[in-house]
Parts: sequence; structure tokens; C-alpha cells
Amino acid sequence: MAEKKIRVLVAKPGLDGHDRGAKVICRSLRDAGFEVIYTGLRRTPEEIVSSAIQEDADVIGLSILSGAHNVLFPKIMDLLKEKEADDITVIAGGIIPDKDIPLLKEIGISEIFLPGSSTEDIVKWIEGNVKGSSSV
Amino acid sequence: MKKNNPSQNPLKQALSHWKKERFDKAMRDAACDQGGFTTVSGKKIRELYTPLDLDGFDYTHQLGFPGEYPFTRGIHPTMYRGRLWTMRQFSGFGSAKDTNKRYKYLLSHGQTGLSVAFHLPTLMGIDSDHPLAEGEIGKCGVAIDSLADMEVLFDGIPLDKISTSMTINPPAAVLWAMYIAVAEKQGVSPKVISGTIQNDILKEYIAQKTFVFPPGPSMKLIVDTFEYGAKEVPKWNTISISGYHIREAGSTAAQELAFTLRDGIEYVEWAQKRGLDVDEFVPRLSFFFNAHNDFFEEIAKFRAARKIWADVMKERFKAKNPRSWWLRFHTQTSGVSLMAQQPHNNVVRVALQALSAVLGGTQSLHTNSLDETYALPSEDAVTIALRTQQIIAHESGVINCADPLGGSYFVETLTAQMEKEAKDYIKKIDDMGGMVKAIELGFPQKEIADSAYWYQKAVEKKEKIIVGVNAFEMEHEPIPLLKIEEAVAIQQLARLKEVKETRNNSEVKAKLLDLKKAAEDDQNLMPFLLESVRAYATLGEIMEALKEVYGVYKEPITY
Repeated sequence: MAEKKIRVLVAKPGLDGHDRGAKVICRSLRDAGFEVIYTGLRRTPEEIVSSAIQEDADVIGLSILSGAHNVLFPKIMDLLKEKEADDITVIAGGIIPDKDIPLLKEIGISEIFLPGSSTEDIVKWIEGNVKGSSSV
Repeated sequence: MKKNNPSQNPLKQALSHWKKERFDKAMRDAACDQGGFTTVSGKKIRELYTPLDLDGFDYTHQLGFPGEYPFTRGIHPTMYRGRLWTMRQFSGFGSAKDTNKRYKYLLSHGQTGLSVAFHLPTLMGIDSDHPLAEGEIGKCGVAIDSLADMEVLFDGIPLDKISTSMTINPPAAVLWAMYIAVAEKQGVSPKVISGTIQNDILKEYIAQKTFVFPPGPSMKLIVDTFEYGAKEVPKWNTISISGYHIREAGSTAAQELAFTLRDGIEYVEWAQKRGLDVDEFVPRLSFFFNAHNDFFEEIAKFRAARKIWADVMKERFKAKNPRSWWLRFHTQTSGVSLMAQQPHNNVVRVALQALSAVLGGTQSLHTNSLDETYALPSEDAVTIALRTQQIIAHESGVINCADPLGGSYFVETLTAQMEKEAKDYIKKIDDMGGMVKAIELGFPQKEIADSAYWYQKAVEKKEKIIVGVNAFEMEHEPIPLLKIEEAVAIQQLARLKEVKETRNNSEVKAKLLDLKKAAEDDQNLMPFLLESVRAYATLGEIMEALKEVYGVYKEPITY
């Protein structure tokens, strides 16, 4: 059986419209052979979690630059648990102060990619830590 | 530029000899990559520029004198001798009260104009009690829900003496109405207040993505402000046509210039369709550019911008008023160029970028603070940013002479290239049927995404070096940051509730109905917006009423 491609949902919670990073990530992940679904801007935690489930995502990549991560990320993680979808790996990037990282890791976000991270690092991390779903 | 036969041109002969015998030999020894010398936009730069590059250069036609057509050397004859640029730090955080305090601090330290940063819910035209506002209140700017907040924001600040810039787009007309209403309460006539609303929706669809209504109604609202401003608020800049966000989203310098100027053309065309006379409203259009890392490319961009706009207004739109030919612009140093790694280095980046804006003849300037990759700036960081401008103005000597780089072989060549590249793009967008059409086709969005992707890859391949990020890396100590407490949100929600409980709610309802009716009848909405804000209708309520008439924009998703 051919290995199933890893499916990544790139999501933009929060009200900011800064999608330069998210779009560069989408394109880099696609070029690296992942299946990429981009939610578009200003998605609520509910919308992100339901898209991830519908799209059978293996990974959710959250991009946020508005400063609302400490409020919105815990909501997303709670909803994933509630919907029994917490097997989906969640990673995040954007403007996230260092001192917020321990809390975000504690609630189950696997990795935070800060400004200056290369797209290659992100690709490698996903390849090393996530397997495509075996549900095929 | 004309090609001369080298045998007939001693300079060309000498240059060709120098290139072969001196430069190429020396470069072979230096073992440098000849392809590596490009601007941050990827434009190839030659090793040397000489009078040969300016062959056929016509001083009067291409430069002229400062204050004279085509204004390449600046819009004022005296430039900074007559008046320095306005030092205007973009600022806003937490509650109106917090920000009012920061404004008074900045004004007491020599800042000469205000620039309001609103929090994201206000930028999107929703109130603090909207579900999408959760976690965002007061974070990226100041929370303004109604006239009551605006009154606190400008408390004790004389609006007849201070000019104010407001970075606000889809709800620009509403916030402007609130500002006019605050001035009235201070006893200041709309005829004397001065400032700017950004009010530039096209670059929102293209780059910054803060949009609410579809393009047609958005453009209608903007033309309403042009029309109302020309009659009632004559000292106000009713739009700041912005390249800043286009550049931040990843465009090249030439794309920033071209898309911004083509946006400008689009606004003028839509206003003309309404029957407005260009010479009445164009003098109140202003521009806003980015000052990025590539020093000379930026200076060339600013100079070319003035020349192209003067040409466009005079030739394409047949404007007669010399003020219509002026491209007046604000500059902000580049946010994306700031690095989280070794953040103190950002002070140096900002100083160089700010210097390019000054050498490019900017009318006002915002210098970013060193900590802005992490958060809104702390008071210490913002003070250094302001001091950077003051050092350029008062210590460096660059203000003594207008357009000091005019005539430089290199800068004039870059300026001419920038002009050509921008005009080619403008032609292309004209052929598509204008900027609204081009946006619907996703053209500028795709060009920018391609440039952003190219740059990211260039950094990862170390073709572009970023100090402290992909070279010269080291650990650094964390820096102190401004933190917006969640208490701000609780207070703001209480305040909003109080406003809704203490105002005359039947009056609000009536005013909102009038507003909706005026929108349906396609009237100029400014008088109705003023009536609504005076009754303390909230921003969210006003925008909801308009959404019922205009609908909302759905962005095509591309990357």
C-alpha cells in the first residue's frame, strides 16, 4: 500500500489579516509533497476544528499575529478533545512571545515555530513527527 | 539610454578598459559571486554607474527644481529648511484612557502629530462584545466602540492644533465622523481640523486583508468621503493610498510603487465617475510608503513615485491645479525587516530605513520600535524610535540641502528603472480594465505571493543575509515587553454596556434606519454617519446596518 500523504490544515485564527507567512508555509508544504488545505482568514476555533475533522487532517498549523493566541489556542485544543480529535498534531507560528510558549506546550501544542524559522525546518519537523493517517 | 560607438566615446573606451583590466581582474582575485549583487527586491545592480548611464538625461524634464514639476526632487521649494517632516509615531493600545496618556507623553517629548492605531475589532468594524473580538480587545491598538471612547481618546488634546492620522479602512468614514464629532464638542470647526484617514480599501483586498464590504460599495463610501471632505473638511486628507502593506506582504519595491499608484488612479477614476472635479479632491489625496532595507532602491522609489504621479495627474487626468500634481507621502520603516533575534539590532535597521525616507523627501515618518517583532512597543523602545528621527533631523546634516542624491549616476539610473517598471505594471493593469478588475482576477495578490515566496527561499539559501538570523547568530537576553492585561477587555465590555444603557436607544434606532435608507438610495452617507455617531450608535451597529445593504466580501483563497 502506498504511503498516504500527510494532510496539513493551515489555519488563521484571530482577526489579523497577516497571511504572508501562512501562504509561504502552504506553498512550501505543498512543494514538499504534503496535502495542504488553507482555511483563509479569521476562522473561529469552532470552524478550524470542524474543518480539520472534515478534511481528515493529520496536522493543524495555526498562524496568528494578533496577540490573541493565549485565548484562542486553548479553545482550539479544548474543542479537539471534546470532539475526540486530539490525535491531530497541532503546531503553531507567528508573533508569540517566548514566555507564552510553556503554557502553549502544556495545553498540547507540539511545536511553536518562531519568526526566523525556515520552511525547511517545518517540513522536517512534520516528516519526523507525523505519520499520514493509516485509515486508508 | 542611447548606445554610442565606443571608438567615438573616450569615456566609454576608458570604462570598458577599467572593467576588463581593473575590475574583472580584481574580482577574480576576490572570488565573489557576480550574480549575488542584487537589491532586496532581486534587481541586479552593476558594479559602477557613470555619466554614460545618464546619456540623454534631460535635467528639466526628468528632475526639475524642488517644488516644481515633475517634483522628482521634492514637492516643496524649501524642503526641510522650510519645515521638517512630521514625526508621527503610530500608537494605540489598551483602552482609550491608556492611549490618551501615551499621546500626551509623545507630544510632550517633541512628537508633532498623532497617529492612531486601533485594535483589530475596530479595524474590522465590530464592537468589543462581538464573539470574534474575544482575545483581541486592546491588543493591537486602542479599543474604540463609540463616540464615548473617542471623546476619552482625545481628551485634553486640542484638535485645532494637532493633526491626527487614523489607520482605519472599511469603517474609515465612521471613525472620521467620530473625530469630527469630538472636534465639535471641543468647539473646533470641521473647517480647521487636519489629519488623515487611511481609507484605502484596494490595498486591503490586495495585501492587508482587512475588508468588510465588496469592492463596489467600498469604493462608493470612499468617494463619499472625498466629496464631503472637499466641501466640509477642507484640510483633511481623505485617503492615504498605501504601498506600505503591499510591501509588508512581500512585494518588491517596484510592485509596491506600481500597485499603489495604480490604486491612486482607480480612486481618481471612480471619483470622476461621480462627477467630482479632479482639482477639487486630488489635492487631498495622500500616499503612504514603506522604507525597506535596500537603501538606494528605496530612495529611487520615492523619487520615481513623485515623478510618475505628477505625470499621471497632468497628462492622464489633465489636472490644472499644481497641488493635484503633488505626491505627498508618509513613510513607515519596514515592520517585516525587524528581527526577533538580537532585537537591539533593529535600531540600526530603522535608522537606515528612516534615512532613506528623508533622503527620498518624505512629508511624515514613523520609525518602528526595536521590540515590535514581539509586541506593541514599550515606552522606552518608542522613545528610541522617536529619537532616531530627531538625530537624523538635527545631527546628521542631511536636511541642509534638498534631494542631496539628485544627479548621482546610480540613483538617477535606479529612479529611471523604477519609473519604467512601475509604468509597465500600470499599463498591464489598465489593460485588465483597472485595479478592481485586476484584484478580482487575483493579479496583484499572485504577484506579491510569488515575490514573498522567492524572498523566503533566497533567505533560506543564504542568498540574502539577515544579520542574527541566517548569519552572525547568537543567544540574546529577553527584552522587556508591553503586556496588555485581560482586565482591559473586562473594562471595555463594561464601558460599552454602559454606553448602550445610558444613550437614547430609540434615537439610535431611528438614526440607523435613516442611514440604511440613505445607503439604499445611494446618497452620500457622511451626514447620516455623523448623525448616527452623535447619537452614540456603536461602530458595530453602524457597520451591521450597512452590511445589510451592501453585503460582505468573500476572498478567493490563493497561495
